Amino acid sequence: MVAEVVPNAVPYEIVTRTDFSDVTYLLEVLEPDMAKAAHPGQFVMVMSHAEGERIPLTIADFDRERGTITLVVQAIGKTTREMQRDLIQGAHLYAMVGPMGIPSHIEGVKKVICVGGGLGVAPVYPQARAFKEAGAYVIGVIGFRNKDLVFWEDKFESVCDEFIICSDDGSVGIKGLVTEGIKIALEKHDDVDEVIAIGPPIMMRACSQFTQPYGVHTVVSLNPIMVDGTGMCGGCRVKVDGRTRFACVDGPDFDAHKVDFDDLMARLKRFREQEKQVLDRWEQGCRIPEAPTMSTPGA
Amino acid sequence: MAKKKTIRTIPQDRTPMQEQVPEIRARNFAEVSLGYELAAAVRESERCLMCPDEPCIRGCPVGINIPGFIAKIGEKDFHGAYDVLTDTTLLPAICGRVCPQETQCEGVCTVGESLESVAIGRLERFVGDMAIAEGWSAVPYIEPNELRVGIIGSGPSGMACAADMAKAGCKVTVFEAFQQPGGVLRYGIPEFRLPNEVVDAEIAKVARLGVTFRMNALVGRLFTIEQMLTDMGFDAVFVGTGAGTPVFMDIAGESLSGVVSANELLTRINLMQARDFPAHDTPLGLGKKVAVIGAGNTAMDALRVSLRLGADKVMCVYRRGHEEAPARAEELHHAEQEGIEFHWLTNPLAILDDGNGNVRGMLCQRMELGEPDKSGRRRPVPVEGSDFELECDTVVYAIGTNANPILGQTSSLALTDRGYIVANDSLATSIDGVFAGGDIVTGAATVIEAMGAGRTAAAAMKRYLGLRDSTLPYAPAERASSLFGLAPEQRNFVRVQVA
Repeated sequence: MVAEVVPNAVPYEIVTRTDFSDVTYLLEVLEPDMAKAAHPGQFVMVMSHAEGERIPLTIADFDRERGTITLVVQAIGKTTREMQRDLIQGAHLYAMVGPMGIPSHIEGVKKVICVGGGLGVAPVYPQARAFKEAGAYVIGVIGFRNKDLVFWEDKFESVCDEFIICSDDGSVGIKGLVTEGIKIALEKHDDVDEVIAIGPPIMMRACSQFTQPYGVHTVVSLNPIMVDGTGMCGGCRVKVDGRTRFACVDGPDFDAHKVDFDDLMARLKRFREQEKQVLDRWEQGCRIPEAPTMSTPGA
Repeated sequence: MAKKKTIRTIPQDRTPMQEQVPEIRARNFAEVSLGYELAAAVRESERCLMCPDEPCIRGCPVGINIPGFIAKIGEKDFHGAYDVLTDTTLLPAICGRVCPQETQCEGVCTVGESLESVAIGRLERFVGDMAIAEGWSAVPYIEPNELRVGIIGSGPSGMACAADMAKAGCKVTVFEAFQQPGGVLRYGIPEFRLPNEVVDAEIAKVARLGVTFRMNALVGRLFTIEQMLTDMGFDAVFVGTGAGTPVFMDIAGESLSGVVSANELLTRINLMQARDFPAHDTPLGLGKKVAVIGAGNTAMDALRVSLRLGADKVMCVYRRGHEEAPARAEELHHAEQEGIEFHWLTNPLAILDDGNGNVRGMLCQRMELGEPDKSGRRRPVPVEGSDFELECDTVVYAIGTNANPILGQTSSLALTDRGYIVANDSLATSIDGVFAGGDIVTGAATVIEAMGAGRTAAAAMKRYLGLRDSTLPYAPAERASSLFGLAPEQRNFVRVQVA
C-alpha cells in the first residue's frame, strides 16, 4: 500500500455503539457524504481492518444532520464477532463504501405493511419512516424469537399508524411468526398496496408464500454473499423470475413472488466450512492462555 | 557512428529472458518472468535495425517512440530510455509485462519478417523496472491552474488521464470504489504476472504529480456525475470504470456451490488476499479439480492461479480451437508449460450436482469449426452425439463481462443498447465536460488500449478546458520547436530530472 495515496488517515469513526443483546449491536458511523446520499433500502460494504473481508450490511438509519450512517449487526461469524469486540465508540472502520444498490421504491404507495424479522427490523425501519413521510398509511409488523432480543420497538412504532409485535414464544406481543401479524393486518385492510419484508431468508420466503394468495405486491431485500458489491464479481447472483440478477446492482429489493428462495438459501451456504474454520481459529486465538502452573520441584 | 546494421549483422536469436522453471513456479506466486539483466537488454537492443519505416510505433496503441528508447538502451543511457518511454506511456513496468506485444509492436517489427522480432516488451519492462529500482520519476515542471478534474476509477485509463491532466496543471482527484487503487491491475491481474509492488510504484508516480486519490468512493451512488460538475466544482470528469458484471451461460447448475466468475476468484485472491486464508478473512473455496470456461487472458489468469493454490488438475474448456484463443501468446505458452490441461473445441452444456449442492462435473459436447462468423473466426458447431462428462469440483466462468449498470442508473449519460457509454472519437460523452474511455466504452480490452483511451480523453479534455495540449504524442525533439510555435520551456511540461 502506498502511504501517500491514502488521504484520510482516520475515516469512518464509530460515534455511537449500543448493544441490544449479547449478539446484536448498533454502530453509528460518521460519514457525512454518505449520510447525505443514502436512501432507504440501500446497503454498505464494510471492512473492519486491512486483513478483513468485505461484508454487506443494510443501512439501518441515516442522519443527514449528524452526518452518520447507522448499522445494526448480529455477531454470528468471525468478522461480526471481532467487530463486536473491537468497534467501541471512537474506533474506526478500515473501509466503508456505499450507499449501494437501488433505493427502495417509496412513491405512490398509499397503504403498506413493513415487516421486520429479527435483525431485519433495522433495515426496514428507514423504509417505514420514508413511507410515513410520503404520506402513506404504515402498518408495522416486527417479530423476534423472544422478549430479550427486541430492539427499536418504540422507534419503529413512532413511524407507524398501526403496529404489531410478535414473538415466537409469546413473551412479548402476539405469539407466533410475523406471518401471524401480516394475517391480522391483511384481514383488517383489503386495500394494502405493498408488503415489504426484511429478515432471514426463511422468514422472507414465509412472508412471500403467505401474501401470494392475497395477490399483494410483496418486496424483499436480499443479502447474498458479495465480494465487491459494485457489480463486478457476480457472487451475489440470484434467480428472479428465472433470470440471473445481481443483488448488488439490480437489487437488493426484488419482487418476492418471483424470487427463487431455495437457490438463495443454497448459495448462502457456500462458505459454511470456511466460516466455521475461521471462527474456530479466532476463538482459539481469543482464549486467554492458562497461567503456567508454578512448578516447584523439590519443594 | 557504427556502420549501418543489416538483418545479417544483428544478433540473430532473440535474447532469452530468465523465467522460473514451470514445475516450481506452478506452486508459487512469485513472478514467472524475471526480466532482462543489463547485458541481455543491451544485446537485445542491438537487434533493432532502426529501420526508417518504424512500423512498431504505428503498432503501439499509444505510439511509443520504440526505436528511440531502444537506441538509448544501446547507448547505455537508461535514464534517457526512460525519458523517451515516459514521453508517451505512463506505466512502462506494467505495459512491458501485460501488453499483447505479438499483435502490436512486435507483430509488425521489420526484424520479425525474417527472424524473431525484437523483444520490445521485455526491453520496455527492463527500463520500467530500472526506473522503479532507481527511484526515477519523470516529474515535469507543472504550472498550476485553477481547473479541477475528477476521474472515476483508478485503473489504467483513469490513471493515464489523471497523469496527463495533472501535468497540464489541473487539480486532479481520482475516485476509487475499492479500498486500494489500481483497478484491474490490482484486483484482476495476479501477482505472478504483475507484482503488487510494481502497481504500487507506478501509482506512487501518479500521486507524485499531485493527483489526489479517494478510496471507497462509489461514484453514481455516493454522488452523481452531474453533482461533480455542479455542487462539487469539477470542471471536467473522466469515466474509466472498467469491466462490468460477469457473463454466465444460463445453463443448468450455475447456482451450485463451486461455480464462480473469474472476476470473483481473482478479486478474492488478488484484492482480498484470500490465498492467505485464514490469516486474511476472505475465503476462497477452491476445489481440487478446476475447470475454467474461456481462453482469454482472464481465463489464463484463473487457470494459473488455481494451479498455484494447489489444485491437482486444472482444465481450460473452450468451444473454439487453440488458434482462436484470444489470450496473449506468452500467457498461453506459460499455461501450457505449467501443465494446464486444454480441452479445445469443448462446449459446456450443464454443470452437474453431486446431490449436496456442490459441483461434481460438467456435461460437455465436442465442437468442430465451421464457416467464419462475424468476428472472422471460424464458428464452432456441435458434433452430434458427442456429449460426455468432464469431472471437476470447481467451475470458473471467464467468458467476458457486460457493462456495469451503476452510472447508467444514476446519470443521464447516453448508453448503447448493450449499456456501454456512448463516446465520440475524442471520447466526449453526451454530457458536456464528461469524457469516458476504456472497457466501459469499448467492452473488454487491454491495459494499453485503456491507457491510450485515457490519454485521448485527456487531450480532448484539455481542448474543452481551453488548455494548450502539450501532449499526445509529446512532440519528438526535431519537431519540438514548431509545436504551436512555442519553445519547449514555454510549454507546461518541460521535463526536469529528479534523482
